[in-house]
Amino acid sequence: MPRIAGVDIPNDKRIVISLTYIYGVGGHHSEAILKEAGIEHDVRAKNLTEDEISRIAAVIDRNYIVEGQLRRQVNQNVARLRDIQCYRGVRHRRGLPVRGQRTRTNARTRKGPKKTVAGKKGVKELRS
Amino acid sequence: MTRSLKKGPYVDPRLAEKVQKAIDVGSHEPIRTWSRRCTIPPEFVGRTFEVHNGKLFRKVFVTEDMVGHKLGEFSLTRTFRGHTAQKRRK
Repeated sequence: MPRIAGVDIPNDKRIVISLTYIYGVGGHHSEAILKEAGIEHDVRAKNLTEDEISRIAAVIDRNYIVEGQLRRQVNQNVARLRDIQCYRGVRHRRGLPVRGQRTRTNARTRKGPKKTVAGKKGVKELRS
Repeated sequence: MTRSLKKGPYVDPRLAEKVQKAIDVGSHEPIRTWSRRCTIPPEFVGRTFEVHNGKLFRKVFVTEDMVGHKLGEFSLTRTFRGHTAQKRRK
């Protein structure tokens, strides 16, 4: 299995798809990378030659921030918001949605699994 | 939707004037304002504002990182004192 951008080892899917297993590369970037490297989208990742792999790696290196570096960047951005006491920072700290979504219901992605509170509406129905 | 780049950031002209005056005089008194919608330009760095949150004025000391945010983002408008503690069962 080929190795691109550090630890990532995409499998025997089409190369456009394989590349999206890299953090920071989605469908759009994947297509752009292949176009620049001059490689067919439909080749299976395992059938790539050494040369082609290094070409892809070079393109990613040159133009994109991926994996660890990207993760660090995202964390830094969040940390900045936390530090300056702004509304978005407060939402990050409390683990609530940051972009003005409702929290009366839903918002489970940010809030995590439901914590049932006794005496609140709906608890009785749950018991019976 | 984000603001059109053509217009540039919105900085309350009257507040900017006040800040300029404070710089000229060399005063570091906090500047009281209701203008939560005002974007923080680099000139505001290092000054203290008292930003209204609908009820009272919250002190906001502007640091470099805050440039580009709005004043209102730093003066929260809601109070949440936590949910009432769970009553113990008899």
